[in-house]
Amino acid sequence: MNFKIGIKEVVAMGIGTALFVVLTNVQIPLIVVPNTALQPRMAILAFLSAVFGPIVGLVVGLVGHALGDALFYGSVWWSWVIPDGIVGLAIGFFANKFAVKEGGFVNSKNIILFNIVQVVVNAVAWIICAPVLDILIFAEPANKVFAQGAFAFLGNIVVIGILGTILLVAYSKIAGGSNNLQAED
Amino acid sequence: MSRLISYEKKNTPVHKLSGFTKLVFFIVWCMASALTFDTRILLTMLVMGLIIYKISDVKWKQVSTIFAAVMFFMVINLTCIFFFAPYQGTVIYGTKTEIAHLFGNYSLTQEQLFYEFNVFIKYFTVIPAVFIFLTTTDPSELASSLNGIGVPYSIAYSLEIALRYIPDVQDEFRRIKNAQEARGIEMSNKGRLIDRIKNVAIIIFPLLFSTMERIDVVSNAMELRGFGKKKTRSWYSRKPLRTADYAVIVFIILFFVATMVITYADGSRYFNPFV
Repeated sequence: MNFKIGIKEVVAMGIGTALFVVLTNVQIPLIVVPNTALQPRMAILAFLSAVFGPIVGLVVGLVGHALGDALFYGSVWWSWVIPDGIVGLAIGFFANKFAVKEGGFVNSKNIILFNIVQVVVNAVAWIICAPVLDILIFAEPANKVFAQGAFAFLGNIVVIGILGTILLVAYSKIAGGSNNLQAED
Repeated sequence: MSRLISYEKKNTPVHKLSGFTKLVFFIVWCMASALTFDTRILLTMLVMGLIIYKISDVKWKQVSTIFAAVMFFMVINLTCIFFFAPYQGTVIYGTKTEIAHLFGNYSLTQEQLFYEFNVFIKYFTVIPAVFIFLTTTDPSELASSLNGIGVPYSIAYSLEIALRYIPDVQDEFRRIKNAQEARGIEMSNKGRLIDRIKNVAIIIFPLLFSTMERIDVVSNAMELRGFGKKKTRSWYSRKPLRTADYAVIVFIILFFVATMVITYADGSRYFNPFV
């Protein structure tokens, strides 16, 4: 497990958070349930955790979500900030296994592992953690927050599953290869 | 894209406080707001928030667009609560005082209105705090004061990098979006879901890869200048904590304890005017 923080991790936390914040209002709305939408920034969070490890994932999730809320919506919904931190942290635990920078994320074994991890983690974060915090903090009706949580879960697994996987595979191909030369026939 | 709230240099008592003090105040304030549901405390916090907002000389122009966004969100959320659970208030306060019958299973009760009013002001206690924190805190000074009270400087520094690079990444995002639109890619909300995901991916791909490159460039530059070689570092914008800072920190901690005592004194976190 990669708990060491080097210069690269410090910068990745900083610029990664900035990217996450900027993408806050890039959303694909789902009309069904208010205040939930497909969030492409979740793919960025999954990507950064899978590449740089748990600490970077945790910081980008927590600070990025809190700052994004504050800058774009003028308030901070802590009950949804914490689950984002959990997602970043948990995916990051598998960073060494994925070996994205070493070109390891091109085989299907890692892709499947990544998707199993992200579905489990998102379930814990959005079906359990976020609604429970909403009930504890705001005493909001259980059926409302669990409906919102379920849609956030579905949206996030779709975004991370499609966009996150594609981004990781593409990056792993570029970063892993020592050069771009190919043998000619 | 709307202009984001940002720090503005001014000479008010709030601006003069250390960034660390304001961060502690902000976090403890949010905790107090999250834990209480006592209407009296929420209203007190709302008034206090507005007074500090006045003192810190935040211009309405700086925050008005964000304010509109948060109001929009609140209206949707409160309506949504009503439709999912029209009797949530009745469950919480234990009585049922009907005002009017609406339709089907839905009637308007005083308890529900009071409960939603509480949710509403609960959000509103946090909003002025966010505005004040963002407009009065200098990012560099915040990082240096965080390091000053023992946060490792690598963490403090990453926070500073984040605040420093948000405008840059935003510019990059805009450039890529414009370029893709010039190529004829539809960015509006029309089209099927899968097409919309594809179109977003077309922006995110170059944006993410240029960000990874930026991470490389910046971390190489920092390495060349010897970042992280020593255990401590000096800061250009360091401000030591002063009497006013200690006073504010002591005040907010006492305030937090007081809110908790008043809220939970009668064994329930709700203030109940109905019994």
